[in-house]
Amino acid sequence: MNGFANWAVHFFMLDEGPLIWLSDFLIGCATIGIIVALTYFKLWKWLWDNWLTTVDHKKIGIMYLVAAVLMLFRGGTDGLLMRAQLSWPNLHFLNADHYDQIFTTHGTIMILFMAMPAIIGFFNVAVPLQIGCRDVAFPYLNAISFWLFFAAALLFNLSFVVGGSPDGGWTSYPPYVENAFDPGPGENYFLVALQITGIGTIATGVNFLLTILRMRAPGMTMMRLPMFTWSVFITSIIIVFAFPVLTVALALLLIDRDFGSHFFTVTGGGMPMQYINLFWIWGHPEVYIVILPAFGIFSEVVSTFSHKRLFGYSAMVVSMIAIAILSFIVWVHHFFTMGAGPGVNSFFGVSTMAIAIPTGVKIFNWLFTMHKGRVEFTSAMLWAVGFIPNFLIGGLTGVMLAVPPADYQYHNSYFLIAHFHYVLIGGTVFGVFAAIYYWWPKMFGVLLDEKLGRWHFWTFMIGFNICFFPQFFLGFMGMQRRMYTYPAGYGWGIINLISTVGAVLMGVGFLIFVWNVLWSARFGQRDTTGDPWDGRSLEWATTSPAPEYNFAIIPTIKGRDAWWLMKKTGESINGPKGVPFRPIHMPNNSGRPIIMSLFFFIAGAGFIFQWWILAIIGLLGVLVTMAQRSFEYHDHHYIPVEEIEKTEAAAGRL
Amino acid sequence: MKPSGRRVRSLFFIVGLSMLAMAGCDDPKYMPVLSPQGPVARSEYYLILYSFIVMLLVVLGVFVIYFYVITKYRARPENKDYVPPEIEGNTKWETIWTVIPIIIVIALAIPTVAVTYKLVKPPKVEAATTAAVGKSLTIDVISEQWKWVFKYPGQNIETVNYVNIPAGVPVNFELTASGPINAFWVPALGGMEYAMPGMNLKLWLEADHPGTYQGRSGQYSGRGFAHMTFNVNAQSPADFAKWVQTTQRTAPKLTQQAQDQIQKPGLLNKPLTFSSTEPQ
Repeated sequence: MNGFANWAVHFFMLDEGPLIWLSDFLIGCATIGIIVALTYFKLWKWLWDNWLTTVDHKKIGIMYLVAAVLMLFRGGTDGLLMRAQLSWPNLHFLNADHYDQIFTTHGTIMILFMAMPAIIGFFNVAVPLQIGCRDVAFPYLNAISFWLFFAAALLFNLSFVVGGSPDGGWTSYPPYVENAFDPGPGENYFLVALQITGIGTIATGVNFLLTILRMRAPGMTMMRLPMFTWSVFITSIIIVFAFPVLTVALALLLIDRDFGSHFFTVTGGGMPMQYINLFWIWGHPEVYIVILPAFGIFSEVVSTFSHKRLFGYSAMVVSMIAIAILSFIVWVHHFFTMGAGPGVNSFFGVSTMAIAIPTGVKIFNWLFTMHKGRVEFTSAMLWAVGFIPNFLIGGLTGVMLAVPPADYQYHNSYFLIAHFHYVLIGGTVFGVFAAIYYWWPKMFGVLLDEKLGRWHFWTFMIGFNICFFPQFFLGFMGMQRRMYTYPAGYGWGIINLISTVGAVLMGVGFLIFVWNVLWSARFGQRDTTGDPWDGRSLEWATTSPAPEYNFAIIPTIKGRDAWWLMKKTGESINGPKGVPFRPIHMPNNSGRPIIMSLFFFIAGAGFIFQWWILAIIGLLGVLVTMAQRSFEYHDHHYIPVEEIEKTEAAAGRL
Repeated sequence: MKPSGRRVRSLFFIVGLSMLAMAGCDDPKYMPVLSPQGPVARSEYYLILYSFIVMLLVVLGVFVIYFYVITKYRARPENKDYVPPEIEGNTKWETIWTVIPIIIVIALAIPTVAVTYKLVKPPKVEAATTAAVGKSLTIDVISEQWKWVFKYPGQNIETVNYVNIPAGVPVNFELTASGPINAFWVPALGGMEYAMPGMNLKLWLEADHPGTYQGRSGQYSGRGFAHMTFNVNAQSPADFAKWVQTTQRTAPKLTQQAQDQIQKPGLLNKPLTFSSTEPQ
């Protein structure tokens, strides 16, 4: 009994001190609070029918976003804990083990459980509406993608309070992460959670590739696609090519750890460098997976709020294709210091610099979209306008990093940290915030408050610069990433303190955003027109939020900026008057995706703790739910004409 | 409401100025990367400076257009009725801003490739140290969890957590690791290279003058990684020769017990010196 108690105390990390106890307490309170609230307001059935079982792309998109914002909170808290620890020399707020775990979860969560669901959320929210169709190509698969992501995120976050978090960095290089140096379940959490969400992401890539290729409204040729949809199309292609490489790398490492193979160990003749290659063959395209959709968002926002057509549409498309191709031939720049030789380093250095060319073209095209426009600085536009200088600094320091001999000095230093936060926050996070302000009325039928939006932007943007600009200098001063503390006497203390103040300011910006969401839900301006920004693409032709079937009659597209053209010529989105509605074919909701993801969760836990019975139960459950789907014949329904008429009449569109 | 980038620009300007100021500051202690103390670090520093200046020109160019556009074309009550023209694109301008970046990339690529090739060879010995022409020293470096072991095969000396080198002589560090990957980095003398198990990478470094330069690990390798620092003591060739002789005569031999202590994960509280490289 005593043995079991000891095991349990260790397993639930009660011997790790007050941080863990506090987390346990907060998680407990939140869980009980949610359960009580759902029961008290009798919302369980509503939750199940409307959200948990939905296959509607709009609702799935919203769920992705909610999850992404929660993960931004988690990852941001990790970041603040790190900044607190580093704010002054020789602090012992966190010990080395805790710090190592926190920087690992910060990176992993921000990339895979914050940036990815945020951009995939907007794929879901906007793409089917922009191309004039009623859902994605595979709505049921779409729900599976979401629930796999959700199960993986849950599993990964559980590591904080059960068994211990991974501590190998988000890149997780062997041989450090092999059992010999890094025993325990932590690293397995990383491998299994990424594997599960990776499967979901590959499915998303296939889904949107097919949606854009096959589901466009008549007349919507490829060269008439809104730029955001183009970016999603190209991103989906990158996902389909890049993510399988991650799947392989993670699987090999997991087999090493769970079954004692020697793919990446040194003692058994394995080759750790091979993992590093595989990881970055996925890892570099991955950063373009999160940045290209942000480029798409900026294209939409800049053109809408300049009240002008996007400048150089074809050049925008060509440069995205060029970026996509180049993104696959630059991965070695992540390890110029691995001794690949001058020929290899030169090639990858120059190919990396070359990415600046198409990216520069895009920057100029955005500038010239604003040129001669009438630029309205709404909150969404502020993020887009703020993106240009911030991303420019990130991109150009990226070019500096692409010079291999210079990189020998920058590698892994705070110069690098500053660089990639400038591109990832200045690019992706700014893009996601722009999209939130831009599409919020379309998602919820309410506008976010502009004044709070401006406060949010300025606090966050200034905080971001105060936090990360000084870090370029820390790099020159010799400070490396992943150091949990540093001695006095290097002159690092004051710069780190400034950086921490900036991080706190970013946290304040985030709180203003949360307040804005809550305030606007209650008092915000309602969007009754469906087109609050005088938009250009088709999503603004629907009501806010769009009806379940999106378009009562699929529109015929006559050119780029389809809705803008229709408004100019006075056409209705429902076509000429008197065209009768027909019953609309829609997919049925299904509870199976969430149940399947539960089995994935169980199997994942089995592989993490090496409890094979659990793993087998989980995998069998996955197989059974898949087989069930194969025998499901009644997976669709028709929305009757009367119901469509009722909905359209309520929106004043008859 | 202010144009959103103005603050960024002024911030960038101020920090850019202070950066130049600090680059001019001669204390290598604070900005080792920007005050190189050897030929390798110096050629890397020139590349950093060159690429920084080129990028600064790009930043300034883009910022001029940026601020022009967002101030001139802001929506104001006066231009409420202005209807922006629908402009498809402009081939001439689009060609210009494709060609200029291409030229910039070429201008950056040529010295980059040249220096990348140059750094795999030993640095040229400069006039001040003619005594050392043609000489070089090889030191094997092994990263342990979490310490640095230096073996002098020619001198039969082993040091832990510090290394002595002759100033003005190119030193060939041969890097490997026992256990996780680390990166061997002495910012004042030159950029880093990975120390990896089962591999043997070369890194040429040279110090101009006698002095002590701090080195550290540049690649996370676990709990004690932040403490993996070591001193590189560059001595005049005569002093170095004297140190070698004294060490060979007076330092203890490496014992199996000491070897085990070094290989056990953990930190050492002081540097060690031995007069043999294999346990006796």
